[in-house]
Amino acid sequence: MSDYLLLRHRQHPEIDTLEGYLKLGGFKTFKKIVDGKDPAGVIEEVKKSGLRGRGGAGFPTGVKWSFLPNDITPHYVVANADESEPGTFKDREIMEKNPFQFLEGLMIACFAVKASLGYVYLRGEFWQVAGNLEECINKLRKQGILGKDLFGSSFALDLHTHLGAGAYICGEESALLESMEGRLGQPRLRPPYPAVFGLFGKPTVINNVETLTNVPLIVEKGAEWYRKYGTEKSPGIKIFSLSGNVNKPGNYELPLGTTFQELIFTHGGGLKPGRKAKAILPGGASSIVIKATPKALDTPMDYESVAGLGSALGSASVIVVDDSVSMLWVTKKIIHFFQHESCGKCTPCREGTYWMDQILHHTKNNKLSIQDLELIRSVAEQIRNKCLCPLGEFSIMALVSSMEQFPEDFRS
Amino acid sequence: MTDFLKMHHSEIKRILAKYPNGQERSAVMPLLHLVQAEKGYISRHDIDAIAGVLNITSTEVVSIIGFYTLYHSEKEKACYRIQVCTDLACALQGADQFLAELCKKVGIMPGETTPDGLITIEEVTCLAGCDRAPLFQVQGDGTIRYHENQTPENAAGLINQLRINARKGGE
Repeated sequence: MSDYLLLRHRQHPEIDTLEGYLKLGGFKTFKKIVDGKDPAGVIEEVKKSGLRGRGGAGFPTGVKWSFLPNDITPHYVVANADESEPGTFKDREIMEKNPFQFLEGLMIACFAVKASLGYVYLRGEFWQVAGNLEECINKLRKQGILGKDLFGSSFALDLHTHLGAGAYICGEESALLESMEGRLGQPRLRPPYPAVFGLFGKPTVINNVETLTNVPLIVEKGAEWYRKYGTEKSPGIKIFSLSGNVNKPGNYELPLGTTFQELIFTHGGGLKPGRKAKAILPGGASSIVIKATPKALDTPMDYESVAGLGSALGSASVIVVDDSVSMLWVTKKIIHFFQHESCGKCTPCREGTYWMDQILHHTKNNKLSIQDLELIRSVAEQIRNKCLCPLGEFSIMALVSSMEQFPEDFRS
Repeated sequence: MTDFLKMHHSEIKRILAKYPNGQERSAVMPLLHLVQAEKGYISRHDIDAIAGVLNITSTEVVSIIGFYTLYHSEKEKACYRIQVCTDLACALQGADQFLAELCKKVGIMPGETTPDGLITIEEVTCLAGCDRAPLFQVQGDGTIRYHENQTPENAAGLINQLRINARKGGE
């Protein structure tokens, strides 16, 4: 890939300073659209670009923005920086190293949906990142890029950070809103959806950090330009967070549609000598596990192709598992995570993750008896489709798919 | 109002100003962070004071502290918390072994505190640093800092340094 679009600090390390970002043309796009006074036009351009949510759900961003009703005000935009799922570490790099491009994306989103207040909700562990972002926001205020009557228009905008305190569930958008309102981070019953009844009961857009970081370039260079990257149905570029049994774990910015093979072997340096890829979790710990067959490795990583393998690209947090690892152990780790992070609101998730964790922690010789296999399968099936948010569902994905594809790792 | 809240009057005002009128309750998390940054834990006294400022009940504040893992009540206070991520991606890079070796060096089990009460080592869930495992965060001096690409040796060295700092601070 020639030029970085999101991880631009890798070519321009000075981009983390306001002066550096301004020199690279930063905030010109924001000023241009504020001068242009055409929020609907901005939404239209983002819609045309085909940009889809990079946090995991893959929902078309422009479409999401167009849902906010004009007769209920004020509107809010919240950037979801609660990145907490095992395997994901892309938003942190963006916010640490290229913070202004992310903030400009958030500001453009605010203008497009006519919000005068935007928030960044960060997981509590990102205490240092939040401090840096606060400083960035202060600099923008001082420079008159945030504030009242921006660039002589009637548009006013301010941004704030809000720091969580250690709860994976707050990455789920309705739990995030509850947390921001000073309550336990537990999901809301929907409908109403946040587009109508969101933060403080007002229409709200919630976008992932990486999604928003795409926005300034899309609005500057146009939807046509953006569509040159990626595939027709999954346009654009994506940060693939590669981790697990690979030689060079890290973030790799590549067009959607790059194959697993290229990511893992060309960019990620392959596996340790003598080891073979056994399984891939394409979207973090909540993934349906993919068996690493030659056909799977040759599959392009775009939303449709990964769905074709029976899994989902999600946040593109690719965890590679090699042939020395038991999938029962992988499952144990994953279920323990979700058990710890279940918020306790819905009984199937709260009780189900606890009992699955218990069963897996009492395995003998790292295998399950036939009775325990039946029991854990039955618990998993009783969680499916029975909770307010996807966490319960996430907890059973690796378990059920691994039991199907790697039965020898489970049965004694 | 406690002395603490009086002392941080302007900071509290700044925090409250982040949220629209009538939505002061949103400030509960930042105020808890503010208190904890100073003391390393949140006392009963502070809970009542925060509840008073935000016009919510103390029970509601306590429930927030209980729900979110980064807040520590008085009875959980420990000087420094070394929080090692042992989730899947880190474990594939040797985090479990790292934790075991570090604990052995320090002479405690995961979840335990050293006899001098200065260091607690515990397992935590994902810290979003899976490419730089083994890693841990340190809480205890009002900050939360990451230490990445660690070995048991350099982590033990850091813990020694923290001990020295804590003893100096206690003098």
